Amino acid sequence: MAPRALINVPKTAKRGAVIEIKTLISHIMETGFRHDTNGEVIPRDIVTSLSCKFNGEEVFSAQFYPAMAANPFVTFHTVATESGTLAFHWIGDNGFEATEEAKIVVE
Amino acid sequence: MLKLTITRREVLAGGLAAAGVATLPEPAVASAPGQMETAIRLVVGEAEIRKGRVTLDLPPLVENGNTVPITVSVDSPMTKADHVKAIHVFNEKNPQANVVSAQLGPRAGKAVVSTRIRLAGTQKLTAIAEMSDGSYWSDSQEVIVTLAACLEDLI
Repeated sequence: MAPRALINVPKTAKRGAVIEIKTLISHIMETGFRHDTNGEVIPRDIVTSLSCKFNGEEVFSAQFYPAMAANPFVTFHTVATESGTLAFHWIGDNGFEATEEAKIVVE
Repeated sequence: MLKLTITRREVLAGGLAAAGVATLPEPAVASAPGQMETAIRLVVGEAEIRKGRVTLDLPPLVENGNTVPITVSVDSPMTKADHVKAIHVFNEKNPQANVVSAQLGPRAGKAVVSTRIRLAGTQKLTAIAEMSDGSYWSDSQEVIVTLAACLEDLI
């Protein structure tokens, strides 16, 4: 199943305005500290990083640890300098990878 | 693994919770005391960490430790000369002290980051901001958790 990513970015913004970006990626975020019914440790399976590029320039990145809740939700800000594309990239354990894009028009 | 001894901290936490709300017993947590301090030193090195400029916002009482909303805001003009480079969040009693690290720059415009985290029991959280001038600022908050996350086993 492909991971579901949700991005909330304003469609348009005034030049120089600070915009809020909300991101959510569907993931169980198994901590690696829990045990199953046989007492075996359930191996860690988490999203480890998120990066956001605005027209190719990195504007935000974050590293996640098992203490992140399931379906990591992160809100941050950036300055709307020009029209373009926000590209989001998540990387995780077991080769997990997801990308998502959002377009913004700056007036 | 069950922990049979009761520490002073657990007695205090239990007393606090009993005064206000019913609570579940805290699970045994693998972390050693000072784990948070060690994790913080791994990130900031020997630098001095000053109180202030950072605001860590979260509910003082959390019913479900599996998803706790937190917001870290840093008082900074976010210009090229003076901006927040990174924000780190640490906890005291989860099995691992790191929660999340985020890198910002002058392009962020506003040093405010929100997310949702897990908390294994009543504990203290610390947010640390690294400024472009190399200084570190911090804020800490106590949080009471009635249902702990992370450690519950599958039944």
